[in-house]
Amino acid sequence: MDENIALIIEWVLKAVILAFGLITGFAYTTYYERKLLARIQIRIGPNRAGPFGLLQPAADGIKLFFKEELIPAQAYKFIFVIAPILTMVPALVILAVIPWGESFELFGRQIALSMADINVGVLYILSVASISVYGIVLAGWSSNNKYAMMGGLRSTAQMISYELALGLSFVGPLMLAGSMSMLDIVRAQQETAWYIFYQPLGALIFYIAMLAEVNRAPFDMPEAEQELAAGFHTEYSGMKFALFTMGEYVKMIAVSVIFSTLFLGGFDGPAIDRFVLLGPLYLVLKVAACLFVMIWVRATLPRLRYDRLMAFGWKLLLPAALFNIFITAVLILLFDLG
Amino acid sequence: MLINYWPIAILIAVSTFLAVAVVVFGHLIGPRRPSERKAAPYESGMEPIGPGTRRMPVRFYLVAVLFILFDIEVIFLFPWAVNFRNLGVFGLIEMFVFIVILLVGYVYAWKKGALEWE
Repeated sequence: MDENIALIIEWVLKAVILAFGLITGFAYTTYYERKLLARIQIRIGPNRAGPFGLLQPAADGIKLFFKEELIPAQAYKFIFVIAPILTMVPALVILAVIPWGESFELFGRQIALSMADINVGVLYILSVASISVYGIVLAGWSSNNKYAMMGGLRSTAQMISYELALGLSFVGPLMLAGSMSMLDIVRAQQETAWYIFYQPLGALIFYIAMLAEVNRAPFDMPEAEQELAAGFHTEYSGMKFALFTMGEYVKMIAVSVIFSTLFLGGFDGPAIDRFVLLGPLYLVLKVAACLFVMIWVRATLPRLRYDRLMAFGWKLLLPAALFNIFITAVLILLFDLG
Repeated sequence: MLINYWPIAILIAVSTFLAVAVVVFGHLIGPRRPSERKAAPYESGMEPIGPGTRRMPVRFYLVAVLFILFDIEVIFLFPWAVNFRNLGVFGLIEMFVFIVILLVGYVYAWKKGALEWE
């Protein structure tokens, strides 16, 4: 009985730590992005609130709390209100299957550094990641606004363009590791080498597809400011608007974590077998590097037209991903890789 | 094992609670001074023309149908990939045949112009 209660307390604590960690991560990703974009454009960026502007995210959050919330008269109220929640929740839940390190002992209990190590981790990630598109489509439709409607439609178009390539680029690491559990994939990389060295093409395809997955530039058609006046969240204000931003940034962090786990060795790093708690630190560093490239891409590339994205996804990424799987399979058989 | 999924259920509960709390809190704290202008759909300052939710041409309809077919193909690849080492050359040939059959359909759709708009 005591054992069960301890287990439940452990799960709840982990869930709360993960959720609040991600929200803090979201706050500082916005700061990171603004600072970095500013540096790329030879500006200084936020530097007023607190030392080096470090309190800027808190100031923004407080401001949004005290903003008036508008619901357009002809909106479908119920869906309009739950759409931001539907976008936010999957973003927070994706990372449940990611290992942050091997287990360690605390108060005489084995504590695993992950929420749940399920044997279908990759399937779980793919399915949960696809759910958040519903929030965006419903937000666009329920706002009863033309811009929002077009933004929602574009996000559907975008999803059917990149998801195939995204799914297929998962296959390479699966073949090398021979398991769908994220922990097994990381362990397999510890034994051989990070999969980015075995799967350079797969990693590239995954990175491009994940930029589209999180609606980041150059694939930010659903919310293109210049054409659609913020797209699907045109009509949202106050905290509901904040939830969409939160969902987007948390998802950016989430896909970066997934990329790091699949291709950059996850929590692997020097001296990891002696100090288990270094795992989360290594993972955070790798995520920061991924986010750096994402922001850099945003600062550099112009937005694609969305039929071009569809052609790109179907005529280039899909054949390239299939080719990558074929080559990987042949190489594994020939040289017994991994 | 079902017990492995309980932490995920707890995480879903915690994050739903957080998201709902944020919406409710923002609703309670923010000021409310509604007016007719504010409640009108945003259209860059113009009087809105016609209804907001209208019929839209979905040019990518055929691609969406193709997407369902190919997405299922991807799902078939996953168990194969996990067991690839055990299946060996036999597995490679089997999957090659399966993919080639699908590729014939893919090339056909491409040549017929299903991937183009209009």
